[in-house]
Amino acid sequence: MTASADFTVEDKPEGRVVRVTGALTLAQLRDLPSRLDAVDPPPSVIDISGIERLDTVGAWIIHRAARDHNATVEGGDEDAERLIEHVSAADQPVKVRPDTRPPFLRVLGEIGDATAGSLRTMVGLLGFFGALMISVWDLIRHPRRFRGNAVVRQFEVVGVEALGIIGLMSFLIGIVIAQQGAVQLRQFGAEVFTVNLIGRITLRELGVLMTAIMVAGRSGSAFAAQIGSMRLAEEVDAMRTIGVSPMEALVIPRVLAAVVLMPLLGFYSSLIAIIGGGIFCWIDLDLPPVTFVQRIREVVPITDLWVGLLKAPVFGLIIAMSGCFQGMQVKGNAEEVGLRTTSAVVQAIFLVIVLDAFFAVFFSSIGWI
Amino acid sequence: MSDLDTVICVKGLRNSFGDAVVHDGLDLSVRRGEILGVVGGSGTGKSVLMRSIIGLQTPDEGEVEVFGQSMIGREDTEAKNIRRRWGVLFQNGALFSTLTVAENVQVPIREYYHRMDEQLLNEIAAYKVAMTGLPADAGPKYPSELSGGMRKRAGLARALALDPELLFLDEPTAGLDPIGAANFDELTRGLQETLGLTVFLITHDLDTLHAICDRVAVLADRRVIAVGTIPELLALDHPWIQEYFNGPRGRVAADAAHRQASGEAAAGA
Repeated sequence: MTASADFTVEDKPEGRVVRVTGALTLAQLRDLPSRLDAVDPPPSVIDISGIERLDTVGAWIIHRAARDHNATVEGGDEDAERLIEHVSAADQPVKVRPDTRPPFLRVLGEIGDATAGSLRTMVGLLGFFGALMISVWDLIRHPRRFRGNAVVRQFEVVGVEALGIIGLMSFLIGIVIAQQGAVQLRQFGAEVFTVNLIGRITLRELGVLMTAIMVAGRSGSAFAAQIGSMRLAEEVDAMRTIGVSPMEALVIPRVLAAVVLMPLLGFYSSLIAIIGGGIFCWIDLDLPPVTFVQRIREVVPITDLWVGLLKAPVFGLIIAMSGCFQGMQVKGNAEEVGLRTTSAVVQAIFLVIVLDAFFAVFFSSIGWI
Repeated sequence: MSDLDTVICVKGLRNSFGDAVVHDGLDLSVRRGEILGVVGGSGTGKSVLMRSIIGLQTPDEGEVEVFGQSMIGREDTEAKNIRRRWGVLFQNGALFSTLTVAENVQVPIREYYHRMDEQLLNEIAAYKVAMTGLPADAGPKYPSELSGGMRKRAGLARALALDPELLFLDEPTAGLDPIGAANFDELTRGLQETLGLTVFLITHDLDTLHAICDRVAVLADRRVIAVGTIPELLALDHPWIQEYFNGPRGRVAADAAHRQASGEAAAGA
């Protein structure tokens, strides 16, 4: 093991001489740089003949001391001299971090960027919707270009493979609604209205809404990630150059799958939730299943079903469009895919809830109460 | 065979992925202070070999020694002391995307030397960045703002951060334009001479092989079929080697290297 770096100071007639000894390497430096800086008065000669080993960091320390004190370096062998020369050639001011603006301006700038960004996204989404409509019209005029296989594949991914998780989620939600409803209504002796609560809220609102959230998380994100990584790998550009429209090959099958399957999944979800609620009523309220079904038929108007089923395809459209749109916006690096996937899900769920509020007001005002 | 002049020693290496056997009975040794080029067709496991040596891939069988110490089955804490003695440049630079170039260079130093003075740390990052031929304004940039060639240089700066004795380069000139590739070769050679590095260089670039490699190892048939200087390899009668070095591209590269060598000799005289 070589000795760690050290130095001695000697005053000679030609000036102060600093003799550095030991291994002048990154591992053996310890506090030498600061001690060398502290030598006062500063050296005019740095003698490195006693150095056992030298690496670029050591060479940099020597170069820095010589530069700062205008000293000369003596006694190095050929390798050491070359190393110091190499390092001094690389002496240039380099910043470590980019300049930052003052916090106030930065916050203001970020707010502005975010506002402009969300406006741009909305305009972009609208433009995407327009492009989608044009492609759909093209496809209607040339039905041979319709990609049946891709659509069926998406049906499987978006619909069939989601049945398990959506079923489980709906079943549990049905139980929760029944349980919470029963607890509250019991205070008024009105437990029997739990059935109304379960039947109406699942068909009208929760069945479709929860399904939309699940589909946005499962399929909307997948759309964005798939199309995004295809953009990165230039697959989408390759399609265009071959003459295949990415709109027809990628977007329409996904949008169609989501639009067609959302009502089915929503209805399925409502049904399972009602079953879950029914089982809870049977166990907790001693309401036999036959009576439960009979009560459901009496208290749930058919319009509740229409409310749910009419909303569902619109939600499906929103989810698939956000996913595909965000995926198409990916450019640059893999990090972007992650960011775009996140925004696809957030955007889809946000828009679904906003639209749901509009639908609620609309359906109430046309008398479907 | 752990004498001082052998930096890397691989014996009887076997790697497989499922049914596909990539290496079987592969032997290789790298001498101190040389630039060893590793060539081979696509899919012959050049990168897998490098990953086996640096411990990112555990081989099925075989022995890997670096600096005379076995790398197989070594604890992470022990391996750390060996890892600080080498630097690795991955194919696309593998820079940390959330850090600037200069911060990337500082990462290894911070990891091993916690009490390094911040000022000195910045200076080290600065000269390392400059040494690899990056412009001064590249330091505070993020990797996503750099071109492919600059990213490779920044990756090299990070690989050199701890002043390693051994440098692994995975296709350093792939994707660079010929001028950038020639500059990178010159840079590698210059650094190797100044710092006394041993370099393990995976490449497809015939110009690089001719310009800077002391020896070339050829990977084929799941093992290293030959190691030697290019003239030595040319004397062998293996079809792949003949086609590789004597194909149209090989000839052009050889001619270019020859012209340059005679030009330098003339200039020196």
